[in-house]
Amino acid sequence: MELFTNQVLAGIATGAIYACMALAVVMIYQAIDHLNFAQGEMAMFSTFLSWQMMQWGVPYWGAFVLTLILSFAGGILIERLLFKPLAKAPVLTNVAGFIALYGIINSFAGLIWDFTIKQYPTPFGSSPFLGSQLISTHQAGMIGVTVLLLILLFIFFQYTRIGLAMRAAAALPESARLVGINTSWMIALGWGMAAAIGSIAGMLIAPVVFLEPNMMLGVLIYGFAAAVLGGLTSPLGAVIGGFLVGVFENLAGTYIPGVGNELKLPIALALIITVLVFKPAGLFGRPIVKRV
Amino acid sequence: MTAMLNVKDLRAYYGQVQALHGLSFALNEGSLTTLLGANGAGKTTTLRAICNMVRSTGAIEFEGKPLSGRSTENVVRLGIAHVPQGRGTFTTMTVEENLQLGAITRTDKKNIVDDIERMYAHFPVLKQRYTQQAGTLSGGEQQMLAVARALMLRPRLMLLDEPSFGLAPLIVRDLFKILGKINREDKVTILVVEQNAQLALELADQAYVIETGKIVMSGNAKEIANNEDIRKSYLGY
Repeated sequence: MELFTNQVLAGIATGAIYACMALAVVMIYQAIDHLNFAQGEMAMFSTFLSWQMMQWGVPYWGAFVLTLILSFAGGILIERLLFKPLAKAPVLTNVAGFIALYGIINSFAGLIWDFTIKQYPTPFGSSPFLGSQLISTHQAGMIGVTVLLLILLFIFFQYTRIGLAMRAAAALPESARLVGINTSWMIALGWGMAAAIGSIAGMLIAPVVFLEPNMMLGVLIYGFAAAVLGGLTSPLGAVIGGFLVGVFENLAGTYIPGVGNELKLPIALALIITVLVFKPAGLFGRPIVKRV
Repeated sequence: MTAMLNVKDLRAYYGQVQALHGLSFALNEGSLTTLLGANGAGKTTTLRAICNMVRSTGAIEFEGKPLSGRSTENVVRLGIAHVPQGRGTFTTMTVEENLQLGAITRTDKKNIVDDIERMYAHFPVLKQRYTQQAGTLSGGEQQMLAVARALMLRPRLMLLDEPSFGLAPLIVRDLFKILGKINREDKVTILVVEQNAQLALELADQAYVIETGKIVMSGNAKEIANNEDIRKSYLGY
């Protein structure tokens, strides 16, 4: 029983990171109807920025906040330079754009910081959480930050005018323009927020997976699985999907014979395919209805 | 009276297809004008061209300011509210959120609350349903919501694209009564595109008739309604 509880809690903790990645993916999907394959690399690059600042002597939380701001600006910049011109291009052109972005960021990170793995600090410490042996303070911190982030996003989208405008622009761009909303900037804002949310995921997972240019590859696939499971149109669904994928991954790795650590990733992929076959809109997504 | 909106030699295109062929008309401030014509005559395109939602050439001036080259949202910010065909309701949001979206460009937050109350006074049914998802409203209620949303901009000019479409005759009469009231009391200039010529001519004081992308007739609404030849050849009633 203790093993079970332990695995569930550990799953929730890593699930928190998947939830953050899934949130970032959903933010951009809502805005432009495409999956951002470079989301993980953007998060990795942000994490390297924060690491570099800490190397230069900036304290952890200072680097954290600065990285959030830089990532937000970087996300907007990427949208303005790369994806705004592609707005009316076919899906495959956009996919090519995302893959190019993936390659560029990955190579640049390798060029600047090389491919050796680096230690990354945790602000929460790694002692047992509240004296229990089940999860560490860092894992508890990951869960706490994710839940806080979700609450802040909820307040932003439900109770602020700019949040309302962003929702309107995502739901019905033409009607949004007709009430005077600059939908193009709402998309850029979505990119900025996605990049900032992704950077939080990167900075929280880096102490666990260590810092190196390919650190986010697996995390992003789990993030996709979480977003697809929860529904690509639902931020809340993405977070719940993230926690579910984390727990599911851990339990499968522990209890299904022969899965172990090596076969965890195919489980995420199998999950994506299963959900797409049986419930294409995900658990909380809005089904896509077209009038004919 | 000065012309509030001046449209000169408007030509609009969907890809290679030309939909408007040099259309000119003017709206006086405070007027309630209707643009009539058959299906495919170019009524909707005219409204969309004013808001730069379709590729067009020609000159459109609103209160002396040229509209060409402005994005749709910047045209709206000048005080032109457009209720599109199909109403453009944000169906997944609540009635109240739809109204707030109508006022999203305004900075006078305190007045917005008052204006929402004013809309509930115009359209009591919206007050009963203010927390409901807009998609659950009936067609008539959604059309009222669309008009209310447009009014939340405090527009100087309101463009309505076939507000009667798909509504029961009684509801259309109600709606048109409210439009007349808004025009008189709130001093909003209104241009309403209609296929239902009879009703629109009762409501309007000025009318234009459009055929295959050109204005073929214009004048006082009552005179056009009383002229049997025009009615028979262009309006079909």
